[in-house]
Order: sequence, then structure tokens, then C-alpha cells
Amino acid sequence: MGRIAKIARRTFLIGSATIAGGVAFGIYEAKKPIPNPLLKDLGPGEAAITPFVKIDANAITLITPRADKGQGTYSLQAYLIAEELDVDPHTCKLDPGEPHQAYYNGVAAADNAPFPGYDHGWLPEHVRSILSGVGKIMALQLTGGSTTAADMQERLRMAGAVARETLKEVAARQWNVDRKSLQTRDGKVIGPGGKEIAYTLLAADAAKIDPILDVTLRDPKDWRYLGKKVQRTDVVAKSTGTQTYGIDFRIDGMVYATVRANPGLGGDVRKFDASKAAKMRGVKKILPIKHGIAVVADNTWRAIQATNAIDIEWGPGPYPANTAQMWDALKASATDEFKDSRFRDNGDVSAGLKDGTVITGEYRAPYLAHAPLEPMNATVMVADNRVDVWTGTQIPAFVRDHVAKMTGVDVGNVHVHVFAMGGSFGRRLEDTYVLQTTEIAMAMKGTPVKMTWSREEDMTHDYPRPMQLALGRGTVKDGKVHTFDLDLIGQSMTRSWFGRLMFAPPGPDIFLVAGAWDQPYAIPNYRVTGYAAKEMVPVSSWRAPGACANGFLHESFMDELIHAAGADPLQERLRLISDPASRKVLEAVGELSGWNGPSLGPNRGRGVAFTFSHGVPCAEVIEVTQTDHGIKIDKVFVVTDSGKVLDPVNYEAQASGGVIFALAHAMNCELTYANYAPEQT
Amino acid sequence: MKLTVNDKEYEVDVEPDMPLLWVLRDELGITGVKYGCGVAQCGACTVHVAGTAVRSCQTLVSDVDGKITTIEGLGTPDHLHVVQAAWIEHQVAQCGYCQSGQIMQAADLLKGNPNPTDQDIDDAMSGNLCRCGTYPRIRAAVKTAAAKLKGG
Repeated sequence: MGRIAKIARRTFLIGSATIAGGVAFGIYEAKKPIPNPLLKDLGPGEAAITPFVKIDANAITLITPRADKGQGTYSLQAYLIAEELDVDPHTCKLDPGEPHQAYYNGVAAADNAPFPGYDHGWLPEHVRSILSGVGKIMALQLTGGSTTAADMQERLRMAGAVARETLKEVAARQWNVDRKSLQTRDGKVIGPGGKEIAYTLLAADAAKIDPILDVTLRDPKDWRYLGKKVQRTDVVAKSTGTQTYGIDFRIDGMVYATVRANPGLGGDVRKFDASKAAKMRGVKKILPIKHGIAVVADNTWRAIQATNAIDIEWGPGPYPANTAQMWDALKASATDEFKDSRFRDNGDVSAGLKDGTVITGEYRAPYLAHAPLEPMNATVMVADNRVDVWTGTQIPAFVRDHVAKMTGVDVGNVHVHVFAMGGSFGRRLEDTYVLQTTEIAMAMKGTPVKMTWSREEDMTHDYPRPMQLALGRGTVKDGKVHTFDLDLIGQSMTRSWFGRLMFAPPGPDIFLVAGAWDQPYAIPNYRVTGYAAKEMVPVSSWRAPGACANGFLHESFMDELIHAAGADPLQERLRLISDPASRKVLEAVGELSGWNGPSLGPNRGRGVAFTFSHGVPCAEVIEVTQTDHGIKIDKVFVVTDSGKVLDPVNYEAQASGGVIFALAHAMNCELTYANYAPEQT
Repeated sequence: MKLTVNDKEYEVDVEPDMPLLWVLRDELGITGVKYGCGVAQCGACTVHVAGTAVRSCQTLVSDVDGKITTIEGLGTPDHLHVVQAAWIEHQVAQCGYCQSGQIMQAADLLKGNPNPTDQDIDDAMSGNLCRCGTYPRIRAAVKTAAAKLKGG
């Protein structure tokens, strides 16, 4: 395949640029065993068997390092361990653990490799494995990009299996029998004649022997929990008001703070008058912070009231002031100067555009806020040579490092306590709110400071999903799609986001074109080009980064072409796609919806779309009715091939929740800017 | 001023215009009730006052007339309210942050309407936002709770 050769050349350019000399060193470094973070804090009689399981005389603790923002990760990780360890996760303690390199995220880095997810040839796999090593070096411990199930599955199951066999070995020695003759069930080793001993009673001795590493993972057909409908570990707490989120954390002596920062993100404070606020009840301190003002009080509401009473004059934001100017900036960026990538270039597009009926289209996807229902918040206490942070975050290791740098306290003395999140959708892959809190806490040394953003602050200080412009040109010929040429013009999400976390990676930004360049269509002339405009509003990753906009942009233009060709939207897609998994989801959604064309009678109709994203082919059919109040969505059929489904309840929740989330944003949630700030507060 | 929350009496010293939400959360440490928007647009702060669902972020503490029930007072993990049991059966929660408010609103609906239709449920629950999109399971759980209540 010519495409591979072409991609290969680019990859080594990208690879070496992205990895920045880290490949050789990285792989060597990455293959070293990772120190076990649980060994250093063990009490007497406690045994740490792997970084994911902790057992003492009283309890079994399952460490679930991937953050839970509602997607059920804590529960899934617990069940992955439990399946091999033979425990009921509802009887165990769950702990997200402290940030550590042992919890690195391999798949998130590997997903940046410029190969379509459906391509598992030798070269893509090779590059993915190199990038996965880089993730280990950088100790990302990042929850994002839909990676947890893929990335953690084997490691957690292996941890459970090693723990189980090691506990069995201890029991075998006590009973003087062969380990292989023993069984395990619900946290106990079961021996000859049905005698049993609890894991908790074996913990102390398990610490004294070498772990049994020669284990085989169970055959999925023997699974007790995985792939079955199980009760989520957090569902009782979340139905009784007893789940503690970061915003619920309380500690003795805590004070309450809030901030108002320049809604033109990155703009400064020209001057402010806090004389009125300073006299308000409960106000303890008013201090300028980076880009804004903070108020510390004895109650969150009092802090919010006081910030509202401060007169502030803001400087301008460092980007175009309003939405119309922003679209103009994108329009002006479809030039060679801003060209970022052309990972897809099949056939001869220039010739193809002269052959057949020409169709053009322009599509826009707006800035979108993450707006999780739990506003950004953190509690920080800065003491002598120790900092504690209590917060919901997808990036605990970055939080630790950034707080250490800001306070000058040694990284080893910064303790990040991670909470379940009241939503995130990528929002908590940023840590500005933690750093603001740290800035306040540094001025209140020895006092724990809980900082909560008001909803208005949250809406005006999001790093939104980037707005994106798509310009399509294509031709149809003989009732078929013949040429498809799509320009995608937007900001680089990766450089904006990762630039804040660490460094702006050089080389093309795969997310600018993800969900468009990597689709499995075999169109004779097929090209997707990314143009990275200058940074405007700082942007971040948002549920299914890249594809969340590009899936819509690509499929909308695809639909226009198919419509112009006079073909059936489902049949033409099937004709153009040969990838078996992708064909299967399209066929299944056709069958499920009883597809026989787009028309459903007067004022009713339906459409189909397909996107391959994050390794998953996904197809939907939506039925709508035209009403006096606009389009009414009658029914949505969704089919995905997500591989082996480990948690079917959660799978369904994510699929239906994803559809609702997407439709809500397609119809209602556009962020527009005036005077540098979002108008929707 | 005196407040009765979940059958327990409290004496609080706050401004009369402080919203009930912040009295509960920051003054009394009752955190099952959530702050979402502060302007009665999301429903996360829903509690019962004198048996009726209200948005505690827009209820001034001085306007409270009657006993206050929060999600913690509706039922506990060991003694679940029928609505909470239905929420667990259907595994409604994803992030769970809105669910205290959803459950309090649903409990209020079922008190007045033991036999809600889909439309009744949508009408009663439409002021309670869920960013995760758990609406289909919310509807199913309300129906299960209604059936259980009828069945005694």
C-alpha cells in the first residue's frame, strides 16, 4: 500500500519531533521496572502485592488510579481486579491512590500516532508501542481519550491474579499443601476439606515471600463479573447523597474562597476597588491573584457575594474580541502558512474535482463549554514543607508537579487526594482552578482553603471545545461519490492544552483532523487537510476530542455528496467502506432501524451517519419530525463495536448518554463571545 | 434562627437573605444537597420544605417555613426510600452529582401523582438537568418507584 510508505516518512518526522529525542532513551527507561508506590507507606503487618491491591488485617483495598468523572471507571477498575482476585468489590475499600508513575497511561499517548484506529499493520503497532513507552516516562496518569478500559484491563487483571496466587502460596505453606490444589472465593483461600482462611489473615505473611508472577489470566468464559450486569460500586452512595465529591470535602479550620478572573482568558486586572467587599460579613481576606481577584470568607456564599461587590476593570483578552472576528480569523487561515497535516491523500484530488458534478459546502462547529454540573473547586493546605490538595482531577500527577513548582515544596511532599467528579467531559484535564486555590492557600499558610467557582465563573472560564470551520469540495459521478476534499480549519487543541500542562508538542496536531482523516471510506479521490489557526480562546479536549466536531463536519459533507449523487445514504456508505467492523455497525444500524431510505412520509425523515473514533466504529440513525417549533427528534438508533464489553450496564449508559449529550450540544449549547468573554453565563 | 433538617433541630446565625443551600452545605455540613448553578436553573439543590420540593439555592433561609428534608433524610444506604431503591435498581447515576436533586424531585412528584405518564414525568423532571444524560433511566426508575408504591 502506497499510503503506508507515505505515512511512514511523516511518522518518523512526527515521531522524532513529538518524542523529542526520547525514543531510544525512552524505551530503555520505560522498560525498567517501575518502583511500587505502595511500599513506602505500608504499616507493620501490611503487604503490598502489586501497585493495584493493598491488603491488611482489616481490609482489602483496590487501587483504581483512573479518575471517575461519571463514566464508571472506579467501578470497572475494581471489577477488573476483583475478577482475578476473587473478591466482591462491594466488600473492599476503593482508593484512587496517589499520583505515581506506575499508573501511567499508555494508550492516550499511543492514540496520537497518525494511523487510523482500524489499521493494525506492523508499522502502526510498532509506533503505538513506542509512544506508549513515552507515556510511561512522562508518567501521565491521565484519564482521558476513552483509554481506561483498553489501557488498564490487562494490568489490573494481572495484579489481581498475582495477588491471588501469592496469597494462595502463603496458605499452601501454612497448610503444607500444593498451591495448585487450593481454590479462592470471596476474599478467602479454600483448602482441603473446605477449610478456609481470609486474605486479610494472610496479608502479613504475604509480605515476606516473593510474589508469584507466573500466572495465567482467566478465560473470559469463566468470568464471574466482567461482561455481566453488575452493580456499580458507587451507585448506592450516588443515590443517597453519601458520595463525597471534591466540593463536599470538609476539614477542621477550613475557610471558603472564590475567585473572579478576567473573562478574557489571559487578560490582566487593570485596577480594582474592593473597599465595599472588605466590609462585608465573613470576609477574611481579599487578594489579587494571577488574572483576577480572590476573596476568602467563612462561607462560600459570602465569598461569592463579596467578589460580586468588587469593582474590577479588566484588560483585553489576547485574542479576537467576538465570534464574528473569530470566524474571520479561521477563514483567513486556510493557507499554506497554517497547513498542519494532510494524513489522508488518496487518488488524484485535483483531477477528480474536474471530473463530475461539483459540490461545495461550508460547515461550522462552535466553541462548546464542558459545563460539568459540579463547578470547578479544590481545597489546598500549604504547611511547612508539605502541601495537601483535595480535588477532582483527571491529571493528578500534573497537579502534584505544578503545585510543587508553585510552592517550592518538594514533589514528594505534595499529596494529591483525588475525588470522584461531578462530571468533567475533559474539563478536569486542566488544573487552573487548583493552581488558583494554591495561590490563595500560599497567602493563608497553615489554613485549608476550599475554593469554589460560581457557575458564572465556571461558564466564563472554561477552556472550550475548539470552534472549527470545514470547507468541502467534491464531485459526484455516475450516481456515486467520486471526490471528497475537506479542509478543517481550527486551533490546535493539543498545543493549547498540553502547552499549559507541560509543553506544546511540535509537529501536526492529530486532534485537529481526528474523526475525519481516519475514516475507513475508500473514495477514489479522498483528501483531508488540517489547518492550525493561531490560538484564540485557549481550548481543551472535550468528550471525544477531534471527532466531536469532525464527525459532524465530515459526515455532513459526505451526506451532501451522497444526496447530490442521488444515492441512498446507507447503501453508498456501505459501498465505500470495506473495513469489516465498520460495515457491521452500519449494517446493524440499518437492520435495527428498518432502513429503506431517508423518507418516512410527510414532515418526517431520517438520516444516517458513521464515525470511527477512538478505535470504535459508531453508526447512528436518527428519525425526526418537522414541527412548528423546529425539528423534533423521535428516535435514535446507535450501534458501536466497542470490542469486548466489560460492563454492559455502563456501556449502555455511555452510549445513550453520549447521544443525549451530543444532541443537546448540536441544538442548544453554542458558546458565542463578545468583548472577549462567553455570552452564555 | 431555628431550622429543622432531617428531624434534627439546628440554631444558625446567618443573614436572612442567605440561600438555604449554603446554610445547609457550609454552615451545617449537610452536603448531599448540591450547588450546580445558584439560579434555580439546574435542580441539583432540590430539597423538601414542608414536604414540597424547592430549589434551595433560591430559597432564602428566612422564608423557610416548615421542616426541611434533604436526600440524607429521605433514606439512607441501610434504609432506602422507595425512590432511592428504584434509582439503585436501574443504576441511574453516572457522575451522580445531579441525582440528589433528581431523587428529591421524583419523590415529590410521586406524592402528588402515584401514576405518572411519560409526559407527567418529563414535565415534573424537566427542571432537573443531567449533563451525563441519564434521562431514560430516570424515567424508568420513576415508573418502578410508582409501581412499588402502589403495590405497597
